[in-house]
Amino acid sequence: MSSDTLVDFDEVLTRYEPVIGLETHVELGTASKMFCGCSTTFGAEPNTQTCPVCLGLPGSLPVANAAAIEATIRIGLALGCRIATWCRFARKNYFYPDIPKGFQTSQYDEPLCTAGHLDVEVDGETYRVEIERVHLEEDTGKNLHVGGATGRIHGADHSLVDYNRAGIPLVEIVTRPIPGTGAKAPEVAKAYVTELREILLALGVSEVRMEQGNLRSDVNTSLSPIGSLEWGIRTETKNVNSLRSVERSVRYEMRRQAAVLDAGERILQETRHFHEDTGSTSPGRSKEEATDYRYFPEPDLVPIAPDEEWVEKLAAALPELPAARRARLSEEWGISPTEMAWLVNAGAVGLVSETVAAGAPPADARKWWLGELARRANDAGVDLAALAVTPQQVAELVGLVAAGTINDQLARQVLDGVLAGEGDPAAVVESRGLAVMGESDELVAAVDAAIEGNPDVAEKVRGGKVQAVGALVGAVMKTTRGKADAATVKRMLEERLLA
Amino acid sequence: MSTPAGTDLTATDAAELGRLLNTGEVSSTEITRAYLDRIAADDGELGAYLHVDPDAALARAAELDSSEGDLGALAGLPVALKDVVVTEGVPTTSGSRILEGWRPPYDATVAARLKAAGTVLLGKTNMDEFAMGSSTENSAYKVTRNPWDRDRIPGGSSGGSSAAVAGGLAPWAIGTDTGGSIRQPAAVTGLVGHKPTYGSVSRFGLIAFSSSLDQAGPMARTVLDAALLHEAIGGHDPLDSTSIPAPLPPLAECARRGAEGDLSGVRIGVVRELGGEGHAEGYEPGVLARFGEAVALLESLGAEIREVSCPAFDLALPAYYLIAPSEASSNLARFDGVRYGLRVGDDGSHDLDEVMALTREQGFGPEVKRRIILGTYALSSGYYEAYYGQAQKVRTLISRDFNAAFGIDDGNGVDVLISPTTPTVAFPIGSRTDDPIAMYAADLCTLPASLAGVPAISVPCGLSEGLPVGLQVMAPALADDRCYRVAAALEAAQDAARGHRFLDQLVRRAAGPEEPA
Repeated sequence: MSSDTLVDFDEVLTRYEPVIGLETHVELGTASKMFCGCSTTFGAEPNTQTCPVCLGLPGSLPVANAAAIEATIRIGLALGCRIATWCRFARKNYFYPDIPKGFQTSQYDEPLCTAGHLDVEVDGETYRVEIERVHLEEDTGKNLHVGGATGRIHGADHSLVDYNRAGIPLVEIVTRPIPGTGAKAPEVAKAYVTELREILLALGVSEVRMEQGNLRSDVNTSLSPIGSLEWGIRTETKNVNSLRSVERSVRYEMRRQAAVLDAGERILQETRHFHEDTGSTSPGRSKEEATDYRYFPEPDLVPIAPDEEWVEKLAAALPELPAARRARLSEEWGISPTEMAWLVNAGAVGLVSETVAAGAPPADARKWWLGELARRANDAGVDLAALAVTPQQVAELVGLVAAGTINDQLARQVLDGVLAGEGDPAAVVESRGLAVMGESDELVAAVDAAIEGNPDVAEKVRGGKVQAVGALVGAVMKTTRGKADAATVKRMLEERLLA
Repeated sequence: MSTPAGTDLTATDAAELGRLLNTGEVSSTEITRAYLDRIAADDGELGAYLHVDPDAALARAAELDSSEGDLGALAGLPVALKDVVVTEGVPTTSGSRILEGWRPPYDATVAARLKAAGTVLLGKTNMDEFAMGSSTENSAYKVTRNPWDRDRIPGGSSGGSSAAVAGGLAPWAIGTDTGGSIRQPAAVTGLVGHKPTYGSVSRFGLIAFSSSLDQAGPMARTVLDAALLHEAIGGHDPLDSTSIPAPLPPLAECARRGAEGDLSGVRIGVVRELGGEGHAEGYEPGVLARFGEAVALLESLGAEIREVSCPAFDLALPAYYLIAPSEASSNLARFDGVRYGLRVGDDGSHDLDEVMALTREQGFGPEVKRRIILGTYALSSGYYEAYYGQAQKVRTLISRDFNAAFGIDDGNGVDVLISPTTPTVAFPIGSRTDDPIAMYAADLCTLPASLAGVPAISVPCGLSEGLPVGLQVMAPALADDRCYRVAAALEAAQDAARGHRFLDQLVRRAAGPEEPA
């Protein structure tokens, strides 16, 4: 619960101009850690994926993971960055139990990639986000505070540290301040992280599972009075780990900061925590008493000097990037940029694409993923991609409808079965007996029964009120539990009543 | 102590012990037992070791005696390791309380290579805490005495290793050298000590003091022994990123060739800034006299002697005392009481920061604290350029002086540079503990080679006031063989003139009345 005074969002924009900025940490999906051979698998028993190096035992030395350096360069290339021809790691010195060496091996004034950009689209408008730097570092361990109510250090009895995560390669992607987004600031922030995530997925450098902390953003927000030449003092909301939260945290900070400024007070330059439950932020440690990290070049590692020819090869071998892919798919599928934006926002581009690849017409694939499947994902509170149905199964479902084996209503029941783990659509049709009925004896009996059971309606139809036949169709559908084909039933009824 | 052949095994050099082992005249068990007996008899006073496990050493010796395969030239020979070298299952403290009781779960590459070569670990030797010091008086555990005069220091920081080898408590030992910690103790105890080219011996498993300077190397009774031990530990190691992927030159072969005594065509530069004209302040006359005699001897062996000026060497001391403490302040940050070693204040009444602070307050000695504070300051925002940045520039200048002297660019230089190893002979225990600057001056001559990463050896060149004097031979990076060649020539010529090996003087002195140097 927050006691912050908030200004209405639209009102904020009448007086202030926001500037945002993002620092995004991405855990690379390399098989081994940044400076040792330990596995990076998520979810292992605490402290089982450690060795003298990632535990920082006395005497141990780091050896840089070449695959992580390559992945970082590919990220830089995908963001249009300049790749350093020579750069070094640096030590960031501070004391905390989750950094085993008493310093984090990172990069400081010599990042691997600099000066790139990423264009993102919000409501049909393109915003260019300048990338200041992309650098490589190691992740920290994880502290677990035991015995308190909140899981935070305050109030805990004792703390445990798991070093499985310590030393996992982490890429930090830092934007330059992004001005000029106005009311769209929260959405631009979200669109940037979304697009970045798409790029990382396309590059195959990380699983980018935000719920596992593969991608975490620190979101900077500041406000300045409209017309002011100076930017305001910023706050940094740490470790925001869902796309929705990125948007909400900006929105919240804008409303909170406006209230502070309205009251004639100063914004504190500080880090803040975001709370998923309330959508609010609260202060962390103040930057004004910031640690002096005493950076200096890491003497235990040799400089990174990527060969230019090699970098050129990496650039040439980059996969099709999401923006280009979307342009191509829009054309192939014959949809407008706005329709494509819906797919992007739903996280459905890849799913639709795979469904099309599995044989479904693009329109049907889109209809399913944005319609029935989106509704079910929403009901279950999960991402589309997390639904227990594959694009191949959706394509099969579309095929069964097109072949007339099932109708749309039956298809929803088939989907129930697929989601319940009963197998592929065809198998569910079989096991649940959901195929559309032909002109079988059973259907003839049902049609006859409907006429007999509703003599008034039948008489009306015979008397020329043809549209009354709908009630009889309904009755047949009811007795056949939706398995009949409505058009067939209508034709059979008309044959009987109007002949 | 005596073998069937009548040899005192603890006064015999390692190469000879290896020969006796090879011919079957003695066993590893006999040699190991002889050294363990000496340790039991004398280490109570000498204080060379921090950890000795006689049972484990004898078991290892017996295992080697009964093994069939040929493990190589060093198989069966005992060795002592400075306590900065991480040894699996064997206590490793780096001379500090903060690591008391720590038994590492892994072996340093140096330890692993010596194990693979079939050596027997005699024990872990005393040292200045975290290798910070020049007298071993900064050890958190004990004082180590110089076998030549037990009221004097054995040098440092590898003073346990130097005392053990000079005192007959180990045939040879591993030391580490950051600013002179192999060469200075070797010089003041009459040993040969070599600091290899930076990156030519793996640092993996050496508890780091200053990462860009630390090197492990041999400390031995003869130049040949040093070369043999160096060959066993040297060469590329994929576990150390700064390890140079180049093969070692044939060091023992060069030592043997050097001992033949012909230095004709070898160009030797005498560094003016290290005790030469106008730079003799702080150098004892006896040291300069022995050095001058050695230069004359080298010339008589055919070497071409010329004086060389390296002006930036004058700045080595301040540069070193910014760079090494800066790196140390970061390297020693891991000792926070969280994962291993000492933890102070974990009684529920202190928060995390207090436990870390109390642990470090009680776990580190005064010299370590002094250097952590110095290094933390030098790296601080706003001071970095003025201190650490400037020191790195000085380092570049020193490298340029070396390159110019060696004629790296124009081919018109000397093959090696020489100087005294230390400005003075071993000083009395306690005489400099209150004066850090005087203590730091002990490394005056050894710092330039450390900062430039070039190899340097210290070899005995006589006695002054009955105490050993060392001569330092510095060579270009990766030309460690030149150090061994020149040192071996000097050693052989002196031994021939003296009629016996340098260290035999100490053995004879212990056995009977003193004789002139």
